[in-house]
Amino acid sequence: MAHVAEESGRRTPAPNARAGERGRSVARYVAEFERFDRSTASHQPAWLAEARRAAISRFGELGFPTTQQESWRFTSVTSIAEHTTVMSSDGQAGITTDVLQRLMLDGTSALAVFVNGRFAPNLSVLSSLPKGVVVSSLKTALESHAGLIEAHLTQAADHTNQAFVALNTAFLEDGGFIFIPDDTVVSGPLHVLFISTGQPDATAVSHPRVLIVTGEHSQAQIIESYAGANERPYFTNGVTEVVAGPNAVIDHYKLQRESSKAFHLGSMYLTAQRGSTFSSHSLTLGGSRVRNDELAVLRGEGIDCTLNGLYLAGGAALVDNHTTIDHAMPHCGSHEVYKGILWGRARAVFNGKIIVRPDAQKTDAKQTNKALLLSDDAQVNTKPELEIFANDVKCTHGAAIGQLDEDALFYLRSRGLGHAEARAMLIHAFAGDIINRVKVAALQAQLETALLTVLPQETA
Amino acid sequence: MLEIKNLQVRSGGKDILRGIDLTVKKGEVHAIMGPNGSGKSTLARVLAGHPDYEVVAGEVLYEGKPLLGIDPEERAREGVFMAFQYPVEIPGVNNAYFLKAALNAVRKHKGLPEVDAMEFMTLVRERAKMLELDASLLSRPVNEGFSGGEKKRNEIFQMAVLEPRLAILDETDSGLDIDALRIVAAGVNVMRAPDRAFVVITHYQRLLTYIVPDFVHVLQNGRIAQSGDKELALHLEEKGYGWLEKEPAAVNR
Repeated sequence: MAHVAEESGRRTPAPNARAGERGRSVARYVAEFERFDRSTASHQPAWLAEARRAAISRFGELGFPTTQQESWRFTSVTSIAEHTTVMSSDGQAGITTDVLQRLMLDGTSALAVFVNGRFAPNLSVLSSLPKGVVVSSLKTALESHAGLIEAHLTQAADHTNQAFVALNTAFLEDGGFIFIPDDTVVSGPLHVLFISTGQPDATAVSHPRVLIVTGEHSQAQIIESYAGANERPYFTNGVTEVVAGPNAVIDHYKLQRESSKAFHLGSMYLTAQRGSTFSSHSLTLGGSRVRNDELAVLRGEGIDCTLNGLYLAGGAALVDNHTTIDHAMPHCGSHEVYKGILWGRARAVFNGKIIVRPDAQKTDAKQTNKALLLSDDAQVNTKPELEIFANDVKCTHGAAIGQLDEDALFYLRSRGLGHAEARAMLIHAFAGDIINRVKVAALQAQLETALLTVLPQETA
Repeated sequence: MLEIKNLQVRSGGKDILRGIDLTVKKGEVHAIMGPNGSGKSTLARVLAGHPDYEVVAGEVLYEGKPLLGIDPEERAREGVFMAFQYPVEIPGVNNAYFLKAALNAVRKHKGLPEVDAMEFMTLVRERAKMLELDASLLSRPVNEGFSGGEKKRNEIFQMAVLEPRLAILDETDSGLDIDALRIVAAGVNVMRAPDRAFVVITHYQRLLTYIVPDFVHVLQNGRIAQSGDKELALHLEEKGYGWLEKEPAAVNR
């Protein structure tokens, strides 16, 4: 790890022609909304229809973010704005047994499958859950758990300032719902799997929504995964809201295995309550243009929050991770380790914000961001942002970007290991501490397999 | 076993080795001494195949075959081993895992079956004991957090497991206290065998009282300035490297 990369890059003003095209893209989405709203509103509670309409009108005002906005500086969404509009079909064509086998994870205790954003009960396995535990489609839950949904859905996600969250909210129809009652321990991970099939003639869009509500003293492992059934282009615009109840222990994973041509934007909003332990691993293995936003608000004392991430990016892919941990109350710890492996002309962005509010004394926050560049053309922009308003706190951050250690490579080779084997060993070692922190064996296996594919691609 | 003929090497735009001639036969132990900057470590690294050096002239034959231009891993599999002057720390790579992979790469090259986990652990425990190496170091990442002495013992331990035919020890004695030096020397002496040769590079005569060499060469300004038997080392110890400046260059062996 040779040097710390400071933020760099140029701001290119969007030409007027682009601005015009963007306006038309926004108008297309608004028109699409009108059609969607006519067919959906009558089946939904009034509050939700209202929230959706407010969201589209806000999206109309915000428009698509541009690279002149600080948090989108390095990530242009022009190709997303210009090439997507059409909602994904609700068909399951292309979901073969092979595809499902590939995307399922061993050892899970529940599997809820969504195809192009819509619940697929025929592909899901939701029996034998502990009493009171709900893993279902949001659409169903809007009827069966109306009060719970109304209390939490659209409460944490910021559809007022975030254009893509507004868009997701506007098109909110279905998605995953997980509820763990008080004092309930779920053994075996709950898996919510979103599969996109893409369309032959358009870059279709889906807006998956997930709501996770966990009660006091509850405990569960939850895996959200997003994957492509094939290598078509499509656009996944996901939003997840998580409420970690008092003293809950929640181990969360986002496994992203989108097609290499897919756009994936996803936001997770965590509201953590007193004494809860929330750990999330964002595992990015696919996609051509990827943006993960995570916002964790620590609303009570004694919360322990971990946001870790591992991303692999090759070819011309872009992976942008923006995280914010908001320490609002005293005696909370946060831990963050993000690691990326890049090759080809891949680019990555890491922006890690830590806010320590005036009341949040005795905060202990640690952030580490490392990237391994396997080619001369790969590039990372990294920026820690610390906003500290309390005086008795520990806050550390570190960033390191480097190439494979040539001395280490020679050392391994000088003992008889081949060049490829030695490189693989070092790449694996780089990712090893994240893999070791993943507590689900099936996810570890996914990561190991993904790492094995890095080398041949990188040297191809 | 090893024939070095007129070896000239550049690195970073500087001439480091200016014509080395050296012949090492099976079963022999050659010590190479010399002041700092004389090219001792460069010689070791060139023999191990380090990519940072440019061979300008000369050749090196190992077992009668050209050695230069061969990948470092091929050299290792053919039985060339260098104990590093500064062993590299490799976070995240488990010491035992790495060594097992290395041993199996060497065995595969020799047409031998790979060792399984049980056989490997038996071998490794025995060799670790010989070098009084704390077995817990095996489960740690390679050299990470090891003391200077532990790193050097780990090098000799790797040598004992991989059983090379030509072992080059690059200042393995530097930074060792007398107890560690004895342990390392004992490890080397156990490995001495009629079909194995050692090139022991050192700045000090001290090591050579424990590893008694058959030949001593003094490297100065990229050339072998003097060759002799173990008495030469004692002579150097007494008079210092400055003495060589005044003496006419001896005929190389």
